[in-house]
Amino acid sequence: MPDQNAPTTTGLTTESATLAGELFGDGVGTQAGPPAVPAAGTGTAGQAAPGAHSHGGSTPTGSPAERFTSTDPDAFGVPTGREETWRFTPMKRIRPLLDGAPSDAHLTWTTDLPEGVELTSVEAGDPLLKGLPEPVDRLAALARQRCGGAAVVRVAKEAQPDRPVTLGLAGTGSDDVVWGHLVIEVGAFAQATIVLDHSGLAKYAGGVSVLVGDGAQVKLVSVQDWAPGAVHGGQYDAVVGRDATFTQVVVTLGGDLVRLVSNVQYAGPGGTAELFGVYFSDETQHQEHRLWVDHAVPNCTSNVLYKGALQGEGARTVWIGDVRIRPAATGTETYELNRNLVLTDGARADSVPNLEIETGEIVGAGHASATGRFDDEQLFYLCSRGIDAETARRLVVRGFFADVVQRIGLDALQDRLMASIDERLGALPALDDQPVEVA
Amino acid sequence: MSVLEIRDLHVSVGEGDDAKEILRGVDLTVRSGETHAIMGPNGSGKSTLAYSIAGHPKYTITGGSVTLDGEDVLEMSVDERARAGLFLAMQYPVEVPGVSVSNFLRTAATAIKGEAPKLRTWVKDVKTEMSGLEMDPAFAERNVNEGFSGGEKKRHEILQMRLLKPAIAILDETDSGLDVDALRVVSEGVNKSREDSDVGVLLITHYTRILKYIKPDFVHVFVAGKVVDEGGPELAAKLEDEGYAAYVKGAPEVASA
Repeated sequence: MPDQNAPTTTGLTTESATLAGELFGDGVGTQAGPPAVPAAGTGTAGQAAPGAHSHGGSTPTGSPAERFTSTDPDAFGVPTGREETWRFTPMKRIRPLLDGAPSDAHLTWTTDLPEGVELTSVEAGDPLLKGLPEPVDRLAALARQRCGGAAVVRVAKEAQPDRPVTLGLAGTGSDDVVWGHLVIEVGAFAQATIVLDHSGLAKYAGGVSVLVGDGAQVKLVSVQDWAPGAVHGGQYDAVVGRDATFTQVVVTLGGDLVRLVSNVQYAGPGGTAELFGVYFSDETQHQEHRLWVDHAVPNCTSNVLYKGALQGEGARTVWIGDVRIRPAATGTETYELNRNLVLTDGARADSVPNLEIETGEIVGAGHASATGRFDDEQLFYLCSRGIDAETARRLVVRGFFADVVQRIGLDALQDRLMASIDERLGALPALDDQPVEVA
Repeated sequence: MSVLEIRDLHVSVGEGDDAKEILRGVDLTVRSGETHAIMGPNGSGKSTLAYSIAGHPKYTITGGSVTLDGEDVLEMSVDERARAGLFLAMQYPVEVPGVSVSNFLRTAATAIKGEAPKLRTWVKDVKTEMSGLEMDPAFAERNVNEGFSGGEKKRHEILQMRLLKPAIAILDETDSGLDVDALRVVSEGVNKSREDSDVGVLLITHYTRILKYIKPDFVHVFVAGKVVDEGGPELAAKLEDEGYAAYVKGAPEVASA
């Protein structure tokens, strides 16, 4: 069981076993989890050496005590696939993003910028870029170096744009790697939603850095609706200001390989981060989402919910959820949950939650992970109302996705994504196309 | 006019050597317009009876028969039983994330009636029934049973009964965990169905409390997997005073309710 990876320290609640039992049958389809060995530095409150560079070594659990970061790609070496952070990734398919061949290839941008929002760019060496969280792997370091500068979206302080900022980023089908870096800077007390809508065919290494000003409320939606054959790797960083709220919704549906690393750090106390994700892997698709929430200041909250479904031979998903609560981060409240629904044989979901707690003075910390087939109790409930088993199955799976998709809060986009999911699940009865407003 | 007939029903859970018999020859007949209360101590198999009739896969029928108007219920799939006119209000309704109450209700109504209900009248019906059960209209946009309080779950079950209009409704401990206010509202919903339709009700309960609101025509005492005593409402009064002690003597517990 994945929960065995969790260091057991004061205040930790581990619910994997219970949840898995409630949600799914007896571990059918479960293929989660690496060896149950605690990570270096886990469970030894207060003893982890700051700055120590541990890539797991002989205890591969995906939770290095301290992360190595650098803007220099060569500082990471060229990964072989045996490294902890790369061991799940199909190296052959991601290789172009690690080779680092320079390129001028671009994605086609279609933008919708409401008032109070500007889109500009900065050159390499701009002070803005120096202050950003550094890359955590070679892919991210290459993306930042090769793209030479960054696109910048600025939301003025206290601005409340009347509609979401939308950046449609479409691949042009070029075989050359597109290197990209986007910085989203949101001023204090602003409220904004930013949608990154990826589509088309591309090999794309794109970093996204979000700076959330004090008291600001920012929602970042990243849709990976790539065409078949696309490869997308990237590091998403959020720096959450004092009393600010950052919400991220990641939706990965398309592409051959998608590997996103999402990191959150807090610039001041009182911050909230909500990380939602949903992914749907079909035959041969590899979808990897790695999260790292670093609680280093007091009274911050993080909540992670990622749900994925897999169908078809060779469908593959990886979810790594690392949460660290450093000694200074008293009053922290964190919870992370990953659920995987395995729809057919031949698919594999890895799910590795890691919690590292270095202070006992927290509000709460917990995680759960469950991987399995259908929930028979849900099916029974729906069928007992006269709904046939096939329709019930579709309702449950559709609901499984909708649970996360509805957190986007944008009806048109939600409808588009659910339609895309429906199509892959097979058409639902026409009834479902006409939802009823009872209120 | 419908008749649910249960004859010498034997049910077990578990497989092979772990198989355990829970129902040991249940005989019961529920007709349209009748209200039967099944009362028994914890572990007597009351809920097993309810779930076996509904067709939960956990239970294995090892003997006996269940028919609805002569049709073999045990041969039907779970959804066929519902479409044939059976309804089970569950003790622990299941959460279905991402499926809204309104979508669920309409899908169920379509399945039961065989065609999608007309939008206009349907919306009105749902609104009327919800207000009758003192449910906030916003409820319809929430996900099925997700984050519902105990009382909200039971109201939602009765709402479904009102809208789906079954021939025979089995209410499995619908009263458990309800405060007096919720119990009154839920009971009124059941009574309304008894007045405005010919529904037969099988009311499964541990306590006599709900029988103050829903008056049964027949009371059956259920112990160790079968009916051990039967009578009219006066039997409930006797149980209220004396409890199950007289029946339980010598009868081992066979299952958790």
